[in-house]
Amino acid sequence: MIQESASRRSLERTKRIWAYLFLIVPVIFYVSIRFYPTLQAFFLSLTNWDIVSKDKEFIGLTNYRNLFKDEVFWKTLGNTGKYVIYGLPTSLLLGFIIAYNIDRVKRGSEIFKAVYFIPYITSMVAIAWVWRWLYQPAPIGVFNKILIAVGLPQQKFLFSQTQAIFSILATTIWADVGFQMIIFLAGIKQISRQYYEAAEIDGANNRNLLFRITLPLLKPTIVFLIVTGTIRYLRIFTQVLNMTYQGEGGPLNSTKPLVLYIYRSAFQQFDMGYAAAMTVILFLIILAITLVQLRVMRSED
Amino acid sequence: MMKNGGRILLLVLVLSMFMTGFLFAQGGKEEAAGESEVTEIVYWQYFYETKEQTVSKLIEMFEAENPDIKVVQQTFPYEQYNTKVASSVPSGEGANIINLYYGWLPTYIDSGYLQPLPESKFSNEFIESEFFPLVGAAKFDGSYYALPTAVRSLALFWNKKLFAEAGLDPEVPPSTVEELVAFAKQLTETDKSGNYLQTGMTQELRAQLHHWVREVLIRQFGGTPYNEDGTQVTYNSQAGYDAFDFFVKLNTEENIGMPNFMTDDVTAFKSQMMGMTIDGSFRLGTFDALEELDYGVTELPSMNGERYNFASFWANGITSFTTGKELEASVKFLDYLTSETAMSMWLENVGELPAKKALAMKDEFKNNPKYGPFIRGLEYANATKFIDETAQRMVWIDAYDEVLLNGMSIKDAVDQAAATEQAVLDKYYSGK
Repeated sequence: MIQESASRRSLERTKRIWAYLFLIVPVIFYVSIRFYPTLQAFFLSLTNWDIVSKDKEFIGLTNYRNLFKDEVFWKTLGNTGKYVIYGLPTSLLLGFIIAYNIDRVKRGSEIFKAVYFIPYITSMVAIAWVWRWLYQPAPIGVFNKILIAVGLPQQKFLFSQTQAIFSILATTIWADVGFQMIIFLAGIKQISRQYYEAAEIDGANNRNLLFRITLPLLKPTIVFLIVTGTIRYLRIFTQVLNMTYQGEGGPLNSTKPLVLYIYRSAFQQFDMGYAAAMTVILFLIILAITLVQLRVMRSED
Repeated sequence: MMKNGGRILLLVLVLSMFMTGFLFAQGGKEEAAGESEVTEIVYWQYFYETKEQTVSKLIEMFEAENPDIKVVQQTFPYEQYNTKVASSVPSGEGANIINLYYGWLPTYIDSGYLQPLPESKFSNEFIESEFFPLVGAAKFDGSYYALPTAVRSLALFWNKKLFAEAGLDPEVPPSTVEELVAFAKQLTETDKSGNYLQTGMTQELRAQLHHWVREVLIRQFGGTPYNEDGTQVTYNSQAGYDAFDFFVKLNTEENIGMPNFMTDDVTAFKSQMMGMTIDGSFRLGTFDALEELDYGVTELPSMNGERYNFASFWANGITSFTTGKELEASVKFLDYLTSETAMSMWLENVGELPAKKALAMKDEFKNNPKYGPFIRGLEYANATKFIDETAQRMVWIDAYDEVLLNGMSIKDAVDQAAATEQAVLDKYYSGK
């Protein structure tokens, strides 16, 4: 009896060891591929390493001081802010409106879901290039051809300092909305029908149902989408690299997000220390925003 | 017993996984050491189909002459090539002979990645008497660090079909800048509201035209882009303002085209919607592949009888960790890569021009209807001593956008470009 339980314990122990062994592989992978380089970035940001030199000269906070004087850095930081401030609320709102309406249609909701979700699973590079061509001047660009056909002047779109960032945002939102919609839909489906039935008996109209029941009960979903969405919009990169000429984030840096500036500083100018300093700043921004968002959402409970 | 058995099993398993790794690594080394009679060297270039094929053929011929040397060619996609090379530097690994854009050389020489070419085989006198003077862009602190097989220059391409349609003689291209503008006007077609249906000529600073402005127009307007040793920007002068003003007005006043028409000038010329373009000899292959495209090539147009051109090249250097037998073999292979045999094959297969003057100036090459204009252009070409070509191209693109989008004056835009570019040069030269 005692021996049996002992051998069972040892069997469980062996199983546990194996479980840890399997878990340790991804941990080693993450520590060496993700955490270690992240820590390394803090150190690099205090050097002037140019990737090809053998030694990394320690230069203190010089990179950070130069950052504060760098107009392009502030410009790209502002652009990144624009991507989040204009992009995220729009895509959330559209995602919710679509989800809300899909939830109410009786037939064909699967088709609608698929249609709105397909852009999200399409490669961003492919999307960016197709939209880039759509925005071109005539005779290539479809949008401008339509404008000419209805007698309006051509628009510069990607070649205008004011329109370019919104042209890129439109593409991004188009691709992003499917994800917001699916998550909203999952959230809406979880709300018990009983609440609605009870409210309807009490004479609540659609508006009341939406603002008193659906939205408050969707709060966890909204928090999740805002947090993940903010991070996603802060890291916008692929679409700008592919939609602007030679990935410059132009014209005149008007669409260049911070991440693209980091990439170009690191891998084209080989200014690794400077790029690392910007990475640290971006990391701190993402950290701060995430903490604030979580705190605000939690304190309201 | 069971418990211990399980642990030991685990330990053995993990250890054996590590051990096999070591054994493989060891085995690899021993094998390499075993074949000491054959020296293996590695050659790197970016992937370009005809270049890769030509080098493969050259390696075959070279190995037949030198059975004790084995050359391994490795290629990487163009977009990642510079990053790939740079990231191989800290590890001290990579190629023995490496093909680099001449504008990248300063970075790699400064980092100690390249060694000076040995005087015994490639003396300065030899190089300077045999090669075109523009190869001097690979000379740093009195030594040459790299040599090209081929060089490239610019020329004017014109579409014969569009010339005929516009009422121009399809066999007579413009020879002066004034003719260039006049012909381009005739080639331009717009709709009622002024949208381009067909443009006269390229306006693409992002492609080759920043070279045209920098090394051709500024000089034709009587200025110089840089001082003698390339450390100071000198185009913030009346000549610089005039040259840039002339260039901007091709779009804003002459209305003979715009940047980004048909996405870029190569696409526009290929789809026969742009009458003339300025491009390099490497583009001949692209255009020749299109049967319906009937085009001619001529030298860049002159202004007040003066002609200038811009030349560039990819050069082969030897990495500094290459020593002993590998160095000997690398020098031999580099000599072969820069031989007249290699250069003739390169011209035929890749479309780039021989880097040795005597060979290029042979009548059959010089008077070739397609290569000829490029080769003749080499005689009056300058190679910009780039420190960071991307950044130095960007200043012109930004200047152009400042004028067109922000209404900045030509003078302010050029001054701003000069200041930005000077900062790039200062950062580099002050670190030396």
